Amino acid sequence: MAGEAELRLREQLSRLRSLPLLRGAKLSGELERLQKQLDRIVSEPSDEEIWRSVELARHPDRPYTLDYVERLFDDWFELHGDHHHGDDAALVAGLGRFRGRTIVLLGNQKGRDVKERTRRNFGMAYPEGYGKAMRAMELAGRHGFPILSLIDIPGAYPGVTAEQHGQGGAIARSQAELARLRVPVVACVIGEGGSGGAIATALADRVLMQENAIYTVISPEGCAAILWRDAGEARKAAAAFKPDAAHCLELGVIDAIVPEPAEGAHTDADEAARLLGDALAESLESLDGHSGDDLRRQRRVRFRTIGQVPATR
Amino acid sequence: MDGGKPHPNTCPRCGSHYRDDELAASLHVCTQCGYHFPVHARERILQLTDEDSFVEEAADLRSDDPLEFFDLRPYTERLAEAELSTGLGEAMVIGRAAIEEEPCQLAVMEFGFMGGSMGRVVGEKFTRACEGAAERGVPLVSVTTTGGARMQEGILSLMQLPKTVCAVEDLHDAGGTLISVMAHPTTAGVLASFASLGDVLVAEPGALLSFTGPRVVQQTTREKLPDDFGLAEANYRHGHIDEIVPRPELRGTVARLLRLFANGR
Repeated sequence: MAGEAELRLREQLSRLRSLPLLRGAKLSGELERLQKQLDRIVSEPSDEEIWRSVELARHPDRPYTLDYVERLFDDWFELHGDHHHGDDAALVAGLGRFRGRTIVLLGNQKGRDVKERTRRNFGMAYPEGYGKAMRAMELAGRHGFPILSLIDIPGAYPGVTAEQHGQGGAIARSQAELARLRVPVVACVIGEGGSGGAIATALADRVLMQENAIYTVISPEGCAAILWRDAGEARKAAAAFKPDAAHCLELGVIDAIVPEPAEGAHTDADEAARLLGDALAESLESLDGHSGDDLRRQRRVRFRTIGQVPATR
Repeated sequence: MDGGKPHPNTCPRCGSHYRDDELAASLHVCTQCGYHFPVHARERILQLTDEDSFVEEAADLRSDDPLEFFDLRPYTERLAEAELSTGLGEAMVIGRAAIEEEPCQLAVMEFGFMGGSMGRVVGEKFTRACEGAAERGVPLVSVTTTGGARMQEGILSLMQLPKTVCAVEDLHDAGGTLISVMAHPTTAGVLASFASLGDVLVAEPGALLSFTGPRVVQQTTREKLPDDFGLAEANYRHGHIDEIVPRPELRGTVARLLRLFANGR
């Protein structure tokens, strides 16, 4: 697998190599990581590596949104509720300072122990969660705050109440709100980017993925249950629909891969946060100087042209 | 679904049986109990539009196989089979038309083509329909019947949600109108994107409109589902759609909306 992704990484690599040693000791580490990513992309990820990503993306010790909030943002103030009907703990929103500027953060949030997992519904938002996200988006638009969106959701919640509260429409309107914004939006998949629940908050100017995150249209188990008629065939399904970061980069769905600590983000949350913070800051900087209208137009063009269909035959 | 398939002309609700010409004459609605049979895209267009007014666009677009997807069978084989059985190149037909002399753009889905699933070509066709409507200054009428995103195109099928959402936003920014008609079933990725973003949302009676289908909800949560779970009637009661329109009244209703949005043009 070569192509654009490889070119992009090679360019990044050569840029780093030619940098004077201002960043000090960390630089050699970056070089090594980029070289590793490049090797991985050039040699297409194997089925085993894809499944390892699925497992790491779901690892119970993987840092969640609030772990990154605590390490990356100052003056964090969480916004609660959709101010309409309820407060959904599976999707957090808030204001914070990130490297000197006020941002609005959106993020899916899973729980660490049984009690918190239940309270946060295993990270699966209800329509109320998307309502909260939309309220925060409007706030960001009104005040010109950039939006950072961290994606980590197994999928939209398959429940009776979620449907009665209008899940489909909520996911559609949340995307529409993002498509309307004139402020920079950067999204990063930090674990599971599961289907409609993920895309609801991922219609962004820059979309990133952590090295071991996955981004899927349906869970591997769901896909296996439908196409193989056996949820146990999830490995086969994952290998077939290629949800890993390298493939998503190759397909043009994401703009860059955010490196993780060598053995995965769960082994060193501080280092994972530093790497994520750098990537988010770099993405935000790349959007500086664009007018609001430009941002909005280019954001829509980005999604208009992803995975362009082949020319008429 | 259990076992043998009933005859396609037999009403699954009351068992009444019809000849082909009888069903066509009743717009594929059971005259005994009002059950709405599924309607193919071509027939739907005939039902809705003025005679000979429909001009198809982008008919030559075909999907390829970006992931070289293989489940129990290769995706390319499923595509070829769907084209053979439906006579359509993809799960959506778009074009320009007139309804009671009101000009409009149409985007009509075909459930028979891989469950009306939305892959890159459906997303592209819907986007072009939005662009055509904006260029010509006419409303877009979409008729959806779909199981959701096309899994065989992996993450690229999920990307059709934001793509079609952006297309609707562009249409709205241009002052355009989207009238969304939801037929059975309109679920998952299409419900969670353009179908829910119409200026007006109408549904056919008994249509399933849920992000997640009843079987999956039942299996995952083991909740007892209400009898009308996810149906148009439940969605109407919960305030998610504007109106339920029986098929015999659909053409007249859409025409009335087209006249209202034309606002004395």
